[in-house]
Amino acid sequence: MNHIEGQVRIPSGCAIAAVISKDGNKMTGEKIIESMKPMHDRSNGLGGGFAAYGIYPEYREFYALHMFFNDRASRKNCEGVLKEYFEIVKSEIIPTRKIPSITDEPIIWRYFVAPLRSMLVNLQLDEKEYVTRSVMKINTEMPGAYVFSSGKNMGTFKAVGFPEDVGVFYKLEEYEAYSWTAHGRYPTNTPGWWGGAHPFTLLDYSIVHNGEISSYDANRRFIEMFGYKCTLQTDTEVITYIMDYLLRVQKLSLDEAASVIAAPFWSTIAAKTDISEKEKLKYLRTVFPSLLITGPFSIVLGFNGGLMALNDRLKLRSMVVGEKDDKVFIASEEAAIRMMEPDAENIVSPAGGEAVIVKVKDGAY
Amino acid sequence: MLFDVKGLDHKTLNQKVRSFDTNITISGCCGQRFIAAGMKDKHITINGIPGNALGAYLDGATIEVNGNAQDAVGDTMNDGKIIIHGSIGDAAGYAMRGGKIYIQGDAGYRAGIHMKAYKDKIPVMIIGGKAGSFLGEYQAGGIIMVLGMSHTERRIVGNFPCTGMHGGKIILRGNIDHITFPKNVCAKSATEEDIESLRPELTEFCEVFGCDIKKIINSEFTVVTPDSKNPYEQMYVAN
Repeated sequence: MNHIEGQVRIPSGCAIAAVISKDGNKMTGEKIIESMKPMHDRSNGLGGGFAAYGIYPEYREFYALHMFFNDRASRKNCEGVLKEYFEIVKSEIIPTRKIPSITDEPIIWRYFVAPLRSMLVNLQLDEKEYVTRSVMKINTEMPGAYVFSSGKNMGTFKAVGFPEDVGVFYKLEEYEAYSWTAHGRYPTNTPGWWGGAHPFTLLDYSIVHNGEISSYDANRRFIEMFGYKCTLQTDTEVITYIMDYLLRVQKLSLDEAASVIAAPFWSTIAAKTDISEKEKLKYLRTVFPSLLITGPFSIVLGFNGGLMALNDRLKLRSMVVGEKDDKVFIASEEAAIRMMEPDAENIVSPAGGEAVIVKVKDGAY
Repeated sequence: MLFDVKGLDHKTLNQKVRSFDTNITISGCCGQRFIAAGMKDKHITINGIPGNALGAYLDGATIEVNGNAQDAVGDTMNDGKIIIHGSIGDAAGYAMRGGKIYIQGDAGYRAGIHMKAYKDKIPVMIIGGKAGSFLGEYQAGGIIMVLGMSHTERRIVGNFPCTGMHGGKIILRGNIDHITFPKNVCAKSATEEDIESLRPELTEFCEVFGCDIKKIINSEFTVVTPDSKNPYEQMYVAN
């Protein structure tokens, strides 16, 4: 009897890659697609996706909601709800290419929206919190509708398939971004479905992840106390919500957030000679113990104006960083970096828990 | 024999390598895994970046890489030699039980994890630069040397070296006062004898990479070994 994916356990893999121009120079999606090719065997065709930053300059003031719908009825139904919360300035089908390697696609739309002023005033919420709650509401309460991208001037593109095919499917050569992240999926304990492909996004935060979180349920229980809902049947989703909570709600810096999710061992903290650093690390571990992420991970967090790469503190997954001129490259394998830039320099493997933060110059994005 | 492997998958690449009886140079390599896996003879030179598990189960062949190598180089290798003119990724020499790995630059995490030895099979890994955390994790045999000759500001080894080590030897060059070892190992200054015993391996390393052995030897060395034949005697039950 043939078991379908999700009924059988498949051992782990996954590939991630990213590129960013510190000068804010735009790149089409072709290079990042190329980078996934040598890492083909890290994925198994059950998920691929990309996040691109700076792709909607003409709609930069509006939240770009990328959505999957099971059918026309769920789209119509969802649009009705959207109109109650948002002003929709543009709605369209996300252009795709029919290719044999990508099948069973849902209905894929994007909406550029602005929260209704009156609603914001009534609810006394800031814009971002309002959008977050709306996304959670749609994803939990509206069957057959799923928001998979909700940031400004950015978007994710994901599907069931190999990443290099997903890139062709979404015509990524037609988008220009100052930063790209990519993911090839090899689902471990959970089904491969369109919503379960990476990146996982909330507002402009996106996560691509290679690994398997053993603390998932502890993290999920904690983060769900703050209104986040884990609906996507996979561990990576919780990382996105944790980062949103730490960065947007708790207003931690990127370095601090990294020290929460990949906190050093107590023995490592005890051996620190810098007293203020030691106290800070102690404080973060004490205040956010439930947000420590254990188990293997290498992630790239994308956000407006930058990227952060991070490994779990034991470094149970590989990650390599390289540079060339204004660009910084991050990938699971050096080969992927060489596909994007054969002459990449300063190739390094960051240590476990050592965040690599790259930002675009102010005003260049 | 020289051939370009650009765009070839790992199966086709290895079939091609096997089809020649002569020494081979591969160019345009970019991420193909399992290159030269299990091979017995031949000298294989690689230009580019070989993929993971380079020389896995290697059984006598020599692999020379002009560039960096990725993860799990020499996984479970039995015999032969792997020379990396660059740095190496994580888990180099994973469970290797024979042969040699020489690395000019740095090694990632878990270099020499679960290396082992049996009778005359004593694997050797020499890291010219620095090593990441968990060096020699669960090491059961063989020799790992770290020379620390790269210019990064990192320490010669990262955190938690020798965790679970119960056999073999790790030799570190230079001052290691700042390194914390677990209780199950003992670190001692190398004696004249220890250093003399390293000379043949170091001589070969220097010939391969063109460095000066006098400069290397002229330093303090520390030898780390498990501190008893059965360091986990009391861990679960008395045995």
